[in-house]
Amino acid sequence: MPADRMPLLDVRDLCVSVPGNGGMIPLVENVSFCVNEAEIVGLVGESGSGKSVTAMALMGLIDSPGVQVRGSARFRGQELVGMPAKALRTLRGRDIAMIFQDPMTAFTPVYTIGWQIDEQIRAHERLTRRAARARTVQLLAEMGVPDPARTAQRYPHQLSGGLRQRAMIAMALSCRPTLLIADEPTTALDVTVQAQILDLLRGLRHSHGSSVLLITHDMGVVAQTCSRTLVLYSGRMAESGPTTTLFARPAHPYTAALLDSIPPLYGSRPHRLPAIAGVPPTPRERPAGCAFGPRCAYVHATCLPAPPALAPIGAGQLAACVLPAEGTPLPPRTIAQGMQP
Amino acid sequence: MNEPTPVLELRDVRKTYRLPHGQRLRAVDGISLRVMPGEMLGLVGESGCGKSTLGRCMLRLDDVSSGQVLFEGRDITTLSERRLRPLRTGMQMVFQNSTAALNPRRSIGDLLAEPLRVHPAADGRRRSAAAIAARLHELMALVGLPASALARYPHAFSGGQRQRINIARALALSPRLVVADEPVSALDVSVQAQIVNLFADLREQLGLTYVFVAHDLAVVRQISTRVAVMYLGAIVECGETDTVLHTPAHPYTAALTAAVPRPVVGAPPAMLLRGDVPSPVNRPAGCRFHTRCPQAQARCSAEEPALRALRPGHEVACHYPLPPA
Repeated sequence: MPADRMPLLDVRDLCVSVPGNGGMIPLVENVSFCVNEAEIVGLVGESGSGKSVTAMALMGLIDSPGVQVRGSARFRGQELVGMPAKALRTLRGRDIAMIFQDPMTAFTPVYTIGWQIDEQIRAHERLTRRAARARTVQLLAEMGVPDPARTAQRYPHQLSGGLRQRAMIAMALSCRPTLLIADEPTTALDVTVQAQILDLLRGLRHSHGSSVLLITHDMGVVAQTCSRTLVLYSGRMAESGPTTTLFARPAHPYTAALLDSIPPLYGSRPHRLPAIAGVPPTPRERPAGCAFGPRCAYVHATCLPAPPALAPIGAGQLAACVLPAEGTPLPPRTIAQGMQP
Repeated sequence: MNEPTPVLELRDVRKTYRLPHGQRLRAVDGISLRVMPGEMLGLVGESGCGKSTLGRCMLRLDDVSSGQVLFEGRDITTLSERRLRPLRTGMQMVFQNSTAALNPRRSIGDLLAEPLRVHPAADGRRRSAAAIAARLHELMALVGLPASALARYPHAFSGGQRQRINIARALALSPRLVVADEPVSALDVSVQAQIVNLFADLREQLGLTYVFVAHDLAVVRQISTRVAVMYLGAIVECGETDTVLHTPAHPYTAALTAAVPRPVVGAPPAMLLRGDVPSPVNRPAGCRFHTRCPQAQARCSAEEPALRALRPGHEVACHYPLPPA
């Protein structure tokens, strides 16, 4: 592959497992995806699907005893898996930055917001305090923080949730990272503030040239921000592809059922929601064969012996389901989510 | 007039908290509301708008600072705990945090039996152990859990199952009114739909009246017949669910519905509101929404709009309501 076409982040067969039950319990199994320059990729799944573990493994932030990370994750061709801690530390914060769901725990409460962003800048670049602060104030202004010079002098608890999240994004962008990993960045926020932050994330591609790996459980957030989407179920990839295709023609029954179980805000109101029976399995109790099998409306004998392999469906779409290969793909979705009247 | 008695009626209810330095937090700021039998009222708004406090005031889990709360026509605002207790069987609450609501050291059977032991049966006598056991089995069937769940402890259940247990406990005494505070917001989407369906089934089977406190408009639409939108302690718009959500008259309701990220690729982009919700300690003078309102005019910062009927059954508190689409 020519260097200029190389994806920014290329993850192949990433596996994360932890010791337990007298062996190793896989939390994440064979997850592969890539993030291109100035692209927003969504990583969706329910709690326990392994989406946050995937991100933490990429950042080298899992330090649970006995944890095993295997596979490959190349950032601009550099292998992240197994990279020495010191090298990873230079990369982290400068080239790859991460923002979390709860900005209150990401900031220390005992220093001002500005102090913490200055420190991050000065950890990676040789700058005077004054120059670092000037950059901090400018970043806060770019993130839409009103009165940025004064806000920089405030402590995290003095800011609203939306402002804290903006400050955290400012801190993450302080060294102009090329990749931003955002783990549920708007889950703790109200919808009107969430809309502002999503708008900000969408704009980063143009204003800062950053790519974003957006981790979320909210299919609405994915539809509004991500060009490509990866659906995880119980630590494995269920499906991936262009967001438009995934929403119009999901190839995995899990994706389809997940989309159908969201109550529509517009259009006709179903008498009952098409809910998925049961709950997602924990990594310890993952069933043999397809992990979604016990909850799947289409489950049959071929699903049970081994987890179905990820197979191409067409136009960049992949699905780990036996149905397309058996010649009985899922029908396109009848859109229950009507457009605005 | 031969109108039926509302199950719940609030008359100019206020709940004010005193803060240090003489400040006052007006969590609920003059709310009047009626909930009719069989109705499902969705109470929506962003965090800090006072919707949870209002929910608690409805059941007198919190005392109101002023105003009146009427349950089935009876004023319960200042009723003593002792006089209130028999009425509590008629009104119950389901909380958001299904884990915190269940004592981890008591079995499900024990937890569900407690209200049945505390409150006498309809004939005024204590319930027998056999009657309680029979009722527990009924409750399990009602919320779709196996009877074997009664012997187990809360930790053995998933979030969705724990919420089923909480619902079973709320239903133990056959209440007429159930107030549910964000009952599905802590659940995964695939499980959320199950619980939303359960609420709908229970209403059909038991003829319940619900008040849902929630921030997710799509969920509220699915389970409510009427919606009240709150902003900084007051109702800014109220009416039939699809009227309010699809043809909002208040600019805040319009912004709130437009901000919901819809699971539809190519849906129109959100209309962005400026800034955050102001603090309820220093709420703006005039219309409480004017600091963020795209339509605000001079009058809005000076004069507070009252909640008035725009047409029968659709009320709005705005000087310049949006025209119907």
